[in-house]
Amino acid sequence: MNLATIGAGLAAIGAGLGIGLIGGKATEAIARQPEALGDIRGIVILTAALIEGAALVCMVLSFFVG
Amino acid sequence: MRRIPHFFRIFFGGSFRKPIVDCTFAADLNSLYSSLGMIALRKFYIVLVFSALSLAAFGQNNHTDHDHTGGSHAEPATEAAHSDESHADAGHADAAEAAHGEGESHGCGHPAEENPEFNASETALHHIADANAIHIVGDVYLHLPCILYAPSAGWTFTTTSAFHPHHHGNGTMAVDGYVLVHGNVMRVKDENFPKGEVAVTGPTHEEREVNGKPKMIYFVQANGNCYELDAKTSYDGGMLGGGITSFSDFSITRNVFTMLLTVLLLFFVFRAVAKSYKTRDGMAPKGLQNFFEPLVTFIRDDVAKPNIPKRYDEFMPFLLSVFFFILGLNLIGQIPFFPGSANVTGNLSITLVLAVITFIITNLKGNKHYWEHIFWMPGVPTVLKVLIITPIEILGLFLKPFTLMLRLFANVTAGHIVIISFVSLIFIFGDAGESMSGTAIGAAASIPLTLFMMALELLVAFLQAYIFTMLSAVYFGMATEEAHH
Repeated sequence: MNLATIGAGLAAIGAGLGIGLIGGKATEAIARQPEALGDIRGIVILTAALIEGAALVCMVLSFFVG
Repeated sequence: MRRIPHFFRIFFGGSFRKPIVDCTFAADLNSLYSSLGMIALRKFYIVLVFSALSLAAFGQNNHTDHDHTGGSHAEPATEAAHSDESHADAGHADAAEAAHGEGESHGCGHPAEENPEFNASETALHHIADANAIHIVGDVYLHLPCILYAPSAGWTFTTTSAFHPHHHGNGTMAVDGYVLVHGNVMRVKDENFPKGEVAVTGPTHEEREVNGKPKMIYFVQANGNCYELDAKTSYDGGMLGGGITSFSDFSITRNVFTMLLTVLLLFFVFRAVAKSYKTRDGMAPKGLQNFFEPLVTFIRDDVAKPNIPKRYDEFMPFLLSVFFFILGLNLIGQIPFFPGSANVTGNLSITLVLAVITFIITNLKGNKHYWEHIFWMPGVPTVLKVLIITPIEILGLFLKPFTLMLRLFANVTAGHIVIISFVSLIFIFGDAGESMSGTAIGAAASIPLTLFMMALELLVAFLQAYIFTMLSAVYFGMATEEAHH
């Protein structure tokens, strides 16, 4: 157990919050406009991938630096 | 309404609909056929892939040895060094005993604890790593060629069968100073080690502090002497703390073998699919063709067209290649026994090569508009441009392929580690085979969890292939976007 583990955990919290927000908002958006499902899905996956990218950079940094 | 291939509706929660060959598709048959043909034949991408692969191969360690005196004796182990079989399960207990005896008699490496504790994280990391031989079952291996180069000894061509591996991929023969440890080729540090085939016993290991980090050092015993081994070569060239080794390993490893197998499989599958567009011209798709058509149209209509509106045709061969390559490797990696079991897309060097190819294509195809937005963002004060925007944009240029590389690697690796951890529950509860009831409880917990994870991993296999392709398409779209004033 060292600081790197805590850093990775913090990165996971951040990414979890972000992806949770995306999922929630996407569900709302789809409920409002079901016909826009295709467009919304694309945006959701893209944004989630970008957030995940930031989280991954944090995790890798925490393991190699920490 | 947007046409979503039925295959993906299952995954993304849409309602199931039978595939319909619509008339727009029939008109596009020609371009589709040429796309499929190009997957296998387009020279440009093949050359690119091969040059990138050889780049990765040369990225391995081919530097000279660091400061090691070639003494023929190893220092006596100072810490609780134990035989490498310390994570052995019950079935290999006798082998472990034998190894302990050898380790003791030659004074390198202390005997292991009587009941070695099962180390789940070590097991997981060992199983996701690359190896020189493919372990099938028990003592049965699929032997692969070894191409080894040491600056001091020249080239060595052999196969892993020459090392006579037994339990856990540990060789009982040394060839030109190379030995097989845990399925990986390592080299004896002592340059005076006899050439040719030499019987060896061991290996034993001990943990030592190297540059403030604990590192496992392996030893083998031969002719009554103890020899220290160099670490296995790593693709990062020792940049990430692996240490630079005295030899380079260009072998066809487990990962390379599985990759070639998958590429061959994809080649024949797509040749058959492309052929059926010729023979069944104007007819409804059937069989393999029917399975791949929705996937190909999915990449074209939902990935390429929305992101690269005008020039999507140029990028289709690459997008399809990369999608099916990643998907094929992900799915083959899901098979827990022989043809699968290699963690190819969870290998940083493979994802690095894929990301570098995307990076190269993005920047080769980048137009004036794209470069202007990187180096001289219009409509921003000059001070801001020089101080903030341009440095960030240049950083972003490299960060994009970097995250592309990490995302695929981390997702696939994480999935494999979780599955192995769940399987490890059996050994943790069962006290490494000591407790029968514990094993039963562990298995009862492990089997449903493992099945669940494997189902989830199937989804991830598709999702990661899709995301890699989609983000590549987004970057290509950014690079080829025309100014809209």
